[in-house]
Amino acid sequence: MVVDSVAAVKSAKSYVAAPRRGPVTRILENEGWFAFFLLLPTAVLLGLFMAYPFIEGVLLALSDAKVGVPGNFVGLQNFAVLLNDSIFRIAVWNTVLYTAVTTVFKLALGLWLALLLNRHFRGKAVTRAFVLLPFIIPTVLSTFAWKWMFDPTFSVINWTLFHLGIIRTRINWLSDPGLALVSVIIVNIWRGVPFYAISLLAGLQTINPELAEAAAIDGARPWQRFRYITWPLLLPVTMVVVLFSVIQTFADFQLVYVLTGGGPANATQLFATYAYQIGVGTGLLGQGAAISLAMFPVLLVVVVVQLLYIRRVEIH
Amino acid sequence: MARVIIRNLNKKFDGVHAVKDVNLEIHDKEFVVLVGPSGCGKTTTLRMVAGLESITSGEVLIGDRVVNELPPMDRDIAMVFQNYALYPHMNVYDNMAFGLKMRGFDRVEITSRVQAAAEILGIHEQLNRKPRQLSGGQRQRVALGRAIVRHPQVFLFDEPLSNLDAKLRIQMRVEIKKIHVRLGTTAIYVTHDQVEAMTLGDRVVVMKDGVVQQVGEPLELYNEPANRFVAGFIGSPAMNFATVEMADADGALWARHEGIRIKVPEGIAGRLRRHAGENVTLGIRPEDLRVASDGDTADQSFDAVVEVIEKLGSQILLDVKVGPNTMVAAVEPTVKAKVHDHLRLALNPDRLHFFDGVSQAAI
Ligand SMILES: Nc1ncnc2c1ncn2[C@@H]1O[C@H](COP(=O)(O)OP(=O)(O)OP(=O)(O)O)[C@@H](O)[C@H]1O
Ligand SMILES: [Mg+2]
Repeated sequence: MVVDSVAAVKSAKSYVAAPRRGPVTRILENEGWFAFFLLLPTAVLLGLFMAYPFIEGVLLALSDAKVGVPGNFVGLQNFAVLLNDSIFRIAVWNTVLYTAVTTVFKLALGLWLALLLNRHFRGKAVTRAFVLLPFIIPTVLSTFAWKWMFDPTFSVINWTLFHLGIIRTRINWLSDPGLALVSVIIVNIWRGVPFYAISLLAGLQTINPELAEAAAIDGARPWQRFRYITWPLLLPVTMVVVLFSVIQTFADFQLVYVLTGGGPANATQLFATYAYQIGVGTGLLGQGAAISLAMFPVLLVVVVVQLLYIRRVEIH
Repeated sequence: MARVIIRNLNKKFDGVHAVKDVNLEIHDKEFVVLVGPSGCGKTTTLRMVAGLESITSGEVLIGDRVVNELPPMDRDIAMVFQNYALYPHMNVYDNMAFGLKMRGFDRVEITSRVQAAAEILGIHEQLNRKPRQLSGGQRQRVALGRAIVRHPQVFLFDEPLSNLDAKLRIQMRVEIKKIHVRLGTTAIYVTHDQVEAMTLGDRVVVMKDGVVQQVGEPLELYNEPANRFVAGFIGSPAMNFATVEMADADGALWARHEGIRIKVPEGIAGRLRRHAGENVTLGIRPEDLRVASDGDTADQSFDAVVEVIEKLGSQILLDVKVGPNTMVAAVEPTVKAKVHDHLRLALNPDRLHFFDGVSQAAI
């Protein structure tokens, strides 16, 4: 026992005095190298799957490549073509409208749901799980279901409205140019609200409930408590959620592709669907790549502005 | 300013009866402290007065109004929370001004009130800082400031000092007392620290398991505890307890146990006599014990063996063994004692406490 502890003390001492370090250990103890090794896997993955395709995409956009034809460098010609492409202009306008309208509704509805779910009531856990459903179901699958619901002949929506006496004739949800974009927007909102609701709920739960109590005692009515306490404290989370959502919505493809394919008469054509139609559908790879790339500056601006804003909110 | 009356107040959470039939009358300008061990229902009682918790049954009156159904903002109260509950995104000024803004005071009035409060609390240099840029003590001051700018009828405090270190706690305790003397606002103060309760309270309410045990002025609780719980809770170090048998012998009443044979003083022997032959609890405060001198009689003292010595400077605490019981004696700092020493401890016969063996109520 005594001998043991003496030995332990000795070995501990020798460790402190002269740690044995191999060459690998020595390199790893250098912070710079250590950081490099930690970052390496991420850097390789990012390079392989993000940077490389992005650069290839840029090169493609600067060429006149078609399916089966490697193509030559043509400079900005593809972009020049876009300037005079009336469908492209429609797609830009649609994308902006689609993103703006859905974001406003998703934020409002998501916030409302989050505030409701943040209260205590029976069956809260189950409700939360249900709210997530639209988010969990694969988009293509749920969109097909919506397609059925919008079908003029078999539509539940029409059937319900008809039997409630609200409409007299069938509504052509997806084939009426005016309604098609509305329909697509509705489905996008339906699918996007859960993400907002759950993320904002997580944000709400980080806010100390005592603050609301203190404000109530201070004389703030419920709306004022939201306006002066909850909303400002939730703002950083809200900004991140909106940032993610705007990026995703701006580049949305699946939903429109399944529901309308960009039709009728390009009424629901978005950046992504138009790029796909030109690049893959028509086979003009270079032109399609140029359309995709045209989104990039817009998204970049959105990201930079929002990140700057988030940083400002966090500092103050 | 106003009085607060609590009548037959009850609170039941599903399954937990947290507050049981609490009755309390707090006078105008009075500082009342609710004290008791963790989970005894202090916070719940306070929150019902504040309107943050619904009332299961009973009544709360502030001024002369029953406020049971009034929302917190209409009760004209201010509350200081344990974790301060400062608005993290507002600076100190806005934190203090918020309640006034919500109530529609004009800017000039708000500024002058906030400035005055900041002056009293010594935080006028921090008005532009955010809560997270403040020390714990400064945050506590801001929380106090937010309460006093409103000039409410009643202040409610829920363990406002428990997050501060010992030294700061004593300092803030004094400041709260000063503010109360200066403003004279009726106050209800919750704490689990009996020293805080004794130093701050005009009257102290001792609670246990949702039931009020005793209401009284600090010295009243100390000198005449209503039951064994209050006796043990109030006072530090805590009162010593020993189960003794009351015996009538040689024309006197004796409290006996292994190692203890104490003659009950004439003054209280009368009311204890009917417990003759029964077991009761004897209570002796550590400060009522001293090392016996030649003048002390055998029937007012007992033998003890020293087990632990705690030198506090102003006094020495001796943890001793008396027969099978352990006791603490607070003795003069000049006493020279060593561990395992055999001593004779004398007691102050006028300051003995006896509690019923079953109900534990004071006899
Ligand atoms: N929201 C609640 N739901 C269920 N039980 C509760 C709730 N709030 C308090 N209780 C219970 O009520 C009892 C009293 O709680 P309370 O918070 O009033 O104690 P306290 O005296 O303030 O204690 P502490 O000194 O620890 O703050 C406890 O048993 C507690 O578990
Ligand atoms: Mg409490």
